[in-house]
Amino acid sequence: MTTIKQAPVTAHSRVLGIGGVRGENVVSNDDIVGPIDSSDEWIQQRTGIVTRRRAGADVDVIDLSEAAARLALEHAGISAEQLDTVIVSTVTYFRQTPAAATQVADRIGATPAAAYDISAACAGYTYGIAQADALVRSGAAQYVLVIGAEKMSDFIDPTDRSISFLLGDGAGAAVVGPSDFPGIGPSVWGADGSRADLIYQTEDWRSALKSGTWPTLRQEGQSVFKWASFQMVDVARKAIEAAGVTAEDIRAFIPHQANMRIIDQMIKQLKLPDGIAVGRDIAETGNTSAASIPLATERLYRDGQVHSGDLALQIGFGAGLAYGAQVIVLP
Amino acid sequence: MALNETEVLAGLTEIIVEETGIDAGDVALEKSFTDDLDIDSLSMMTIVAQAEDKFEVTIPDDEVKNLATVGDAVGFITKAQG
Repeated sequence: MTTIKQAPVTAHSRVLGIGGVRGENVVSNDDIVGPIDSSDEWIQQRTGIVTRRRAGADVDVIDLSEAAARLALEHAGISAEQLDTVIVSTVTYFRQTPAAATQVADRIGATPAAAYDISAACAGYTYGIAQADALVRSGAAQYVLVIGAEKMSDFIDPTDRSISFLLGDGAGAAVVGPSDFPGIGPSVWGADGSRADLIYQTEDWRSALKSGTWPTLRQEGQSVFKWASFQMVDVARKAIEAAGVTAEDIRAFIPHQANMRIIDQMIKQLKLPDGIAVGRDIAETGNTSAASIPLATERLYRDGQVHSGDLALQIGFGAGLAYGAQVIVLP
Repeated sequence: MALNETEVLAGLTEIIVEETGIDAGDVALEKSFTDDLDIDSLSMMTIVAQAEDKFEVTIPDDEVKNLATVGDAVGFITKAQG
């Protein structure tokens, strides 16, 4: 048998740069409470959301992805030509094919990088980081761009009291590449399709086309709250343990921005040290699904709450039910 | 060993006080979680999760809507222990 070569492995990977953009329109609670018979006070008390950011009608997932990608590349000091893989995680891109990532890669000048989309909803960014880490260390890629991009406002029903009022639009991106030191801890990720009915699209496209009704999103809020606030804490603990550190070593906690009360409950359960930086971007941006973790990270940098070299625990969780967590060294 | 209703009430009261900050003396079997104790649906799920852990029982999400009063919860947990 003739022996073939395999790609040489790379010892370590890390996140080299992060960037993000939000929809340009600021939508207040008062702007949306009418059709759901609610109030600014109720929404703030239940979710911590003060405003959500939504994109204009002419903006799509590719536009948001492109803008976030350029900022992440700038932060990383990497040129688009150096990218050999582009991954877009989204559930709000309307073409089954070709993948949004192919066009994002082309727009930023990364062609002929490998480019593909993944679908893991609110866990999508952590799934993307898990893949990028594996691709870099296996030698399959050198520089990988991971983008979480969502235009959730295309999937909302203004009369829905379960999830629509939480949702915002945006994109966050990270460049992952080789490193002299371990920069991405082992990913703890999984899914539980037996609970797929907790967060869902009202109709699949085939039945939506037949019925003529646009599909929107729904969730069983109480069940999702309990799952996220308690079961996801075990996932977060496993990610800390897998990285060989303790809660005391973590300088930033950056969970998916689903609900401020989930974030508060997770902090309580995890017994994270006082004074830790916490991603709370949901207050101004809303829930942007796959974009929420990099957007919350970007805000922590901007607010001076995190610095290069800090250990951050990030965890995504949502429809699927899919989840993923890892400890990373912030770029 | 299974706890009796008095012991479950005492344990559940601790959880409710911890979650809501209300006075332990205000927690009684006939009190409604929503109308009397002003506990919203998310706090209720927190109390349920804590109770599952403390009493080593499973309280299905579908069952929570049937637990209108503290007494309903105490009764469910006491039975579920068996």
